[in-house]
Amino acid sequence: MNRFAELLDRLVLTPSRNGKLTLLTDYFRSVEDPDRGLALAAITGDLHIAAVKPAMLRMLVTERMDPVLFGYSYDYVGDLAETVSLVWPQTPGNIPNREPTLGEVVAKLQAASRSDGPKVLAGLLDSAGISARFAIIKLVTGGLRIGVSARLAKQALADFGKVEVAEIEELWHGLSPPYTALFAWLEGKAEKPRNTALALFRPVMLSNPVGDGDLEKLDPADYAAEWKWDGIRVQAVAEGGIRRLYSRTGDDVSGAFPDLAEAMHFSATLDGELLVGDPREATGTFSDLQQRLNRKTVAPKMQQQYPAFMRCYDLLQVGGEELRALPFRERRGRLESFVATLDPSRFDLSPFVDFTDWQTLEELRRAPPHPIIEGVMLKRWDSAYVAGRPKGPWFKWKRDPHTVDAVLMYAQRGHGKRSSFYSDYTFGVWTGAEGEEELVPVGKAYFGFTDEELKQIDKYVRDNTIERFGPVRSVRADRDNGLVLEVAFEGLNRSTRHKSGVAMRFPRISRLRWDKPANEADRIETLQALLDR
Amino acid sequence: MRESAVTYNRLPAAELYPILETMRTSVLLHPRPEGLYCPPGDFFIDPVRPVNRALITHGHSDHARSGHRSVLATQQTLDIMGLRYGEDFAGTTQAARLGETIALDGVSVSFHPAGHVLGSAQIAVEHQGTRIVASGDYKRQRDATCAPFEPIPCDVFITEATFGLPVFRHPPDTEEIARLLKSAAQFPERSHLVGAYALGKAQRVMRLLRDAGYDRPLYIHGALAKLSEYYQSQGIDLGTLEPATVESGGKDDFAGAIVVGPPSAFADRWARRFPDPISCFASGWMRIRQRAKQGGVELPLIISDHADWDELTATIKETGAEEVWVTHGREEALVRWCELKGIAARPLHLVGYEDEGD
Repeated sequence: MNRFAELLDRLVLTPSRNGKLTLLTDYFRSVEDPDRGLALAAITGDLHIAAVKPAMLRMLVTERMDPVLFGYSYDYVGDLAETVSLVWPQTPGNIPNREPTLGEVVAKLQAASRSDGPKVLAGLLDSAGISARFAIIKLVTGGLRIGVSARLAKQALADFGKVEVAEIEELWHGLSPPYTALFAWLEGKAEKPRNTALALFRPVMLSNPVGDGDLEKLDPADYAAEWKWDGIRVQAVAEGGIRRLYSRTGDDVSGAFPDLAEAMHFSATLDGELLVGDPREATGTFSDLQQRLNRKTVAPKMQQQYPAFMRCYDLLQVGGEELRALPFRERRGRLESFVATLDPSRFDLSPFVDFTDWQTLEELRRAPPHPIIEGVMLKRWDSAYVAGRPKGPWFKWKRDPHTVDAVLMYAQRGHGKRSSFYSDYTFGVWTGAEGEEELVPVGKAYFGFTDEELKQIDKYVRDNTIERFGPVRSVRADRDNGLVLEVAFEGLNRSTRHKSGVAMRFPRISRLRWDKPANEADRIETLQALLDR
Repeated sequence: MRESAVTYNRLPAAELYPILETMRTSVLLHPRPEGLYCPPGDFFIDPVRPVNRALITHGHSDHARSGHRSVLATQQTLDIMGLRYGEDFAGTTQAARLGETIALDGVSVSFHPAGHVLGSAQIAVEHQGTRIVASGDYKRQRDATCAPFEPIPCDVFITEATFGLPVFRHPPDTEEIARLLKSAAQFPERSHLVGAYALGKAQRVMRLLRDAGYDRPLYIHGALAKLSEYYQSQGIDLGTLEPATVESGGKDDFAGAIVVGPPSAFADRWARRFPDPISCFASGWMRIRQRAKQGGVELPLIISDHADWDELTATIKETGAEEVWVTHGREEALVRWCELKGIAARPLHLVGYEDEGD
C-alpha cells in the first residue's frame, strides 16, 4: 500500500509529463501483480469500489477523537481525506506487523457490504500509516485527482513494455483489472493477449499541421479536402448488440451520449466528429456542444435541447470486414453508401470541400461557412487508415487564430525548469466607461514565447511587482503602465465562472507589444463581439 | 485589585487555586512587548527588542537578536550569533554551561538541551520554590547535529506550538531522506534542490544524507557556508561540501547533484544554473499537500526541527507541569488538549516570533 501511496504523492506534485512517465514505469517495474494492475485501474478509473460518503468519514473520525480538535484540524488543512488520514488516532497495541498490500485493501473493500463498509474502512485505516490512509480514503471516496489521464497511463505501459501506445489502446477494452496477462506480455513473459471482446476500440488516425512550404511540394489532385469540425472526435462501434462511443484516446464516453448510442443500429466501426443539433437543419456551436461535455450522465431535457449527432469521416470496419488497409477513396465510397442507411437525424456525412488549387482552398479556409469549423483537412486519396500521426497522408490546415491585445496583470512562477521564472501570465482587457476604465482578466497563458522573451517578461514582472501572494505576483497595470501582450486563441466561450463572462480556448502569447501603451489595449467589447457571431 | 477581590468571593475554593497559582507564577515570568520578562531577576528570555539583560534559547534570528547590553546563552549559541551579526552583537556575553545553575539577583537559571538546533537550550527559571521552564523551540526526534532534549520537571512549562495541531505528525527523518535518494536515482539527469533553513535544518539534512551512505559532494548555497563550516568545527561531520557556483562547473555538472540552499534561493534567479531541477523542501509544513503544491515543491521532505503534535503532548505530560503556557504557533488546539487532560493552560500571545519558520 505504501508504494501506491508514495506513487500518488509523487504524481500529484510532479508537473512534467516525462517525470510522471518515469514514476509510473518505475512503479510497474518494481511492484508485483496484482498490486500494479490494481494501481493502474485506480488511475484509469477502472477500479470499482463502493463509495463512502464524506459525512460517514467525518463520523468515523469524530467517534475517535475530540470533535473540537478535529474541527481545528479540518479548518487548517481544508481537505477532508487528507485531514482524516493525518489525525486518525493510532492505538499502539493495534498496529499490525506489516501494512496491508493494495491487493488486500481492494479485496476487503470490494467484499464489504453496504452495512459493514464503514467498519471495514475503519479497520483498514487502523492498520495503515498516514500515506497509506490517504490512499485508502482516496480509493473509497472516488476520484484520485492526481493529474494523470488514462491516456498517460497507457503511454507509461507502452514505455514500460517498449511497444506502441496504439497496441495498448486497441487491447484495452478487452482487458480488466488487475491486467496480469497484459503485464506478462509487456515484460516479455507471455504472448500478446488475444482480444475476444466485442465492440473494441481501434486506434485513431491523426493528422499533422500544414507547415511552411509543405503545400508547394504537394499536388492538389492527390488530396481530398473536408471541413475540420471542432466537435469531439469519436469512434462509434456496434457489434453483437454492444454499442460504444470512444474518445480519440480510447476512453469509453457512451454514457454521456445515450441518444447517439441508441441510434447505432448497425454492425460497424465509424470514425467521425460528435456535434450537437440536427444535421438536416443546423449544427450547434461550440458553446452548445459544451453543454454536453464532461458529464457522466445526462438528463432527458439536455438530450432534447442539445441532441448529439455524428458527422462521419471514415468507415473502418463493417459487418466484421476490416477496411482500414483500403485506400481512402474506396473507404469513402463504402462510407457514403453506409451512412445513407442510418438515421439521418443522428448521422450524416462530412462533406467534401471542392477545390482545384491551394489558393482556392486557402480562401475557403480563411472564411469557413460555419463557426464550428476550425479549418480544413487534407486526406490523400490513396491513404490507408493507420494508427497514430503518420507524416504525409493527412494534414490539418487550421483557420488563423483570433488575436487580442491584452495587458499583463498577474504572473505566477512556473514549475520544473521554469521554477525560477514567472512564466504563467494572467492578462486582462479594458472595461468600464471612459475615465473609469479598469482591467478585467480574460485568460491565462503560459507558452507561445521564446526563452529569450521569457527572460524579458520575468525581469519586467520582478521590476514591476506591486503585490505578492505566494507564487503569484500582481504586476503594475493601469492606463499609463503595463505590458501589452498580443494573445492568440482559437475561440471564445461564454463563461459564468469568470468575471469577464468569456473564456478563451487555447490562449497563447503570440507577440510582446513593448511598443504599445497599455491604454491602447483592447476592450472587452471586442471579445464580446466575437461571442455573438 | 478590587475587581479581583470581587471575583474571588464568587468562586469556590477549588477554582480559586489555579488563579492564585497563575498569579504566583506570573510574578516570576510574564510577557511584555519586548519578550518574556522576569521581574525579580530583571532579565528577558529571547527578547525581540534590545534590552539590558537577555537570556537566549537558540540562534534563530527571531529568538536571537543583536543589540542587547548583555547576553547569556550557550557557547554555541553565542558563537552562532557572532557568525550572523559580527563579534560585537552584544555589550557583554556570558556562556552558560548546560545543567549549571546561575544566580541572577536571587533567581536561579539553568540551561538544558532542547534538541532544536546546535546550541539550543531550554531555560529553567526557579525562584522561591517555583520552577518555570521556557523551552524555546524544541523537538524530540533524534538529531545527530545537536544534543537531545531533556525533559525538566517543572510547575509551569512554556511550550511552542509551531505544529500544534493533530494533523502534524512528522515521519522518521530517515524515511524522508530515503525518498530523496530514491528520487535522485530515478532522475539522474536532473539536479535536486533541497530548500532548508540555513541554521540547523540544512546541516541536519546534510548529516542525514551522510548517515544514509551518500558520499558524493554536496553543493551548497553561499548563505550556508559559514554556518556549515562552524558545525564541522564542532565535530559534526558533513562530508565534502562544495559551493554551488557556476564557476565550479558547467550546467551539466550539476546533473544528478544534490544542492542545499535556503528556500528563498530556489525561487530566485540563482536556481537557473541547474539542469531541469526538482525542487525539494525540508520542512514540517510539507506535511500538508496544499502547502507543497502552492510552493511549487515537487518532492516535499517532512523534516522538522520542531516538535510535532505527538511530541508536544508527550512532552507536556513528561514535565509533570500543572500549568502550560503556549507561545507562538497554533495555540488554541494545544490549549484545548490541555483542558481535556485537566491541565491548566493559556496562550501567552508573545509577538515577534515567526510561527512559520521551519
